Amino acid sequence: MNVDPWILAFSAITVVITIWMGFRSAKSSKSASDFFVAGRSVSVGWNASAISGEYLSAASFMGVAGMVMLSGYDALWYPVCYACGYLFLLLFIAGPLRRFGAYTIPDFAEGRYDSPVFRKIAVCFVLFIGFFYTMPQMKGAGTTLAYIFPGLPYWVGVAVVGAVITLNVALGGMKGITLVQAVQYWIKMFAISVPVFVLLSVYGGYGKNLGQNKSSSDPAPIVQSAEAGTPRVALPEKAPKDEAWIAPFGPLTTKAAKTAGLSAEETKPLSLLYTFSLIVALVCGTAGLPHILVRFYTNPDGVAAKKTTMWVMILIGVFYVFPPVFGVLGRNFLPELYAATGSKGPDKVVLELPTLIAQKYGVLGSILSGITCAGAFAAFMSTFSGLLVSMTGALAHDVYGRMLRPNSTPEQRMKMFKWCAVIVGSVSVVLGAMVEPLEINFMVGQAFAIAAASYFPLLFMSVWWRGMTMKGAATGMLTGGLCALVSAALVNASNLALDKGPMGKVFASFSGLNDFWKAHPLLRILCEQPAIWSVPLAIGLMIVVSKATKSTIPADIRMKMLVLHAPEALGLKQEYIQEHQGVGH
Amino acid sequence: MPELCYFSLAMTTSPDPTPPEHNDFIHSEDFLHALMARQLKLSIACAAAFILVLVGLPLLNYFAPEMMAQRVAGFPLTWLILGVLFFPFVWVIARIFITRSMALEEAEVKLAEQGNAQRKA
Repeated sequence: MNVDPWILAFSAITVVITIWMGFRSAKSSKSASDFFVAGRSVSVGWNASAISGEYLSAASFMGVAGMVMLSGYDALWYPVCYACGYLFLLLFIAGPLRRFGAYTIPDFAEGRYDSPVFRKIAVCFVLFIGFFYTMPQMKGAGTTLAYIFPGLPYWVGVAVVGAVITLNVALGGMKGITLVQAVQYWIKMFAISVPVFVLLSVYGGYGKNLGQNKSSSDPAPIVQSAEAGTPRVALPEKAPKDEAWIAPFGPLTTKAAKTAGLSAEETKPLSLLYTFSLIVALVCGTAGLPHILVRFYTNPDGVAAKKTTMWVMILIGVFYVFPPVFGVLGRNFLPELYAATGSKGPDKVVLELPTLIAQKYGVLGSILSGITCAGAFAAFMSTFSGLLVSMTGALAHDVYGRMLRPNSTPEQRMKMFKWCAVIVGSVSVVLGAMVEPLEINFMVGQAFAIAAASYFPLLFMSVWWRGMTMKGAATGMLTGGLCALVSAALVNASNLALDKGPMGKVFASFSGLNDFWKAHPLLRILCEQPAIWSVPLAIGLMIVVSKATKSTIPADIRMKMLVLHAPEALGLKQEYIQEHQGVGH
Repeated sequence: MPELCYFSLAMTTSPDPTPPEHNDFIHSEDFLHALMARQLKLSIACAAAFILVLVGLPLLNYFAPEMMAQRVAGFPLTWLILGVLFFPFVWVIARIFITRSMALEEAEVKLAEQGNAQRKA
């Protein structure tokens, strides 16, 4: 094993700081509400950094660059919609939800429909979306550790990182996480931007590097880069051609149609459909992510919640300009990654690219690579922590505290929180160990699609349409969400069946699906990107079923709508609580 | 669990004997209707600007590929729009929405107070 001491040192420092902060704040967070929502006393700046820190996952830090390198222009929709989906959240959901004042989406589901049953249904999706989201984080962890310690098996990295974070969450809780997340945003921002500036100053600008991608022969010949004098390395067979890579409707969106052998004419409309479905999934999905929404309640009031969203959009927007630059430079300078798969493939371009500098500036290459590794650690550790808190909260607070043992004491629940963290952490490690062949960013996109078809319709419709009933909301959310979930799982299973490694054998029974996809490229696209039909399906069902069950609209719906929409200065929330006491709730 | 959410809070504290007054202006159908309509109008106007670009860019890529592939300082035009310029565009929309919605809330509070005063008089 040939371990670079600089890379190891930077990564170790990040891990140690994260754990130390977790333990330190564990001492100061005593009460249960402290543990869950940080006492609601977080300032706008801290909260915006924390939301951004939690949001920028391994997909943003490593996956986007890897996917841009692999697929070119089409992959740009991911960072753009990750950042801009926040606008939808701000426009339609953030303010009302904050005014309503429930802590989690299940809290909201219960309060809006006065239905503890609905809460139990809503909780399921915290876990469904959560597990889909943890898989790519675990792949990020495995990939990074396999890069730092060459020769280390992928699954060992997954297990080590999973264990460390699980322990941290079990002992620290959300209070620790808020502080840690905020700091980690700034680590990630530093780690993605500084290497980009150095690389661009050495190898020419962003535009100049894109300007090289215009050759029409395949594979691209060695091109002399004008200024820096660094030759562009020849692309391996597996790499997409320049014109397909740099133009819209490239390899990402045409894959299904190409496999089916469709002509270029037939392929193009399918690509457009793929693009639109992806946009719907990412934009609506952002507004329905459980671990992000919970943070809106840590704002002191609705105005602060809006200001926080504005800052989050700026913080993550600036961040997302950088990862595609790595993808562009990676295509020109590290094309050998195209030939590799799994944790050795393009998903590690962010980690490896800075070492190129070593040819000219020696140790600076190692230092920069160490910095991006530290950023990667910050990325998957912070997102995994946040997800673990949400999922553990759902298990401990809802499944245990409300369903299994409603009469348990706070001490018992605190203890259960720790046990649930261990359970959720272990399942995540097992799932994470299986997904090495899948792209990090693609998997996160799937989690967004499930959120888009379940929580987004629930929140959007519940906030803006007073005709919604519990049955309508539940039918729409369950049908839309489960359809998206099953589609995503089928696509993953068929992709894993293609793997040449051990996972190919495990999932061999799904290889028949690939023949089916070949015969039906349209169905493949609709399964790979289910949002375009599952979101309207969920909303449509909500409307139809609600109309049919009109008699069960909550009796005090006008009051609920007032609480959701009237300015907080009018003090309707206090009144609403009193009223609920009055009717013996 | 203490203070876990206000619903459980409501369950643990003793019930209030006097239900709040309900026939004032704030609780009227008119006020709620106007309130939601104004908020929704603002949100939809902002969303429309956003969606127009979000839907328009793939369509332009589809129907005018040559124009979108023009090189601007090395960037293909469409790459420059999506990879760089899209972010500040969204910030502008967000900024406008926040300023307007805060003004809207202020106006609503005033309106509610006036309305209540009128009903009492």
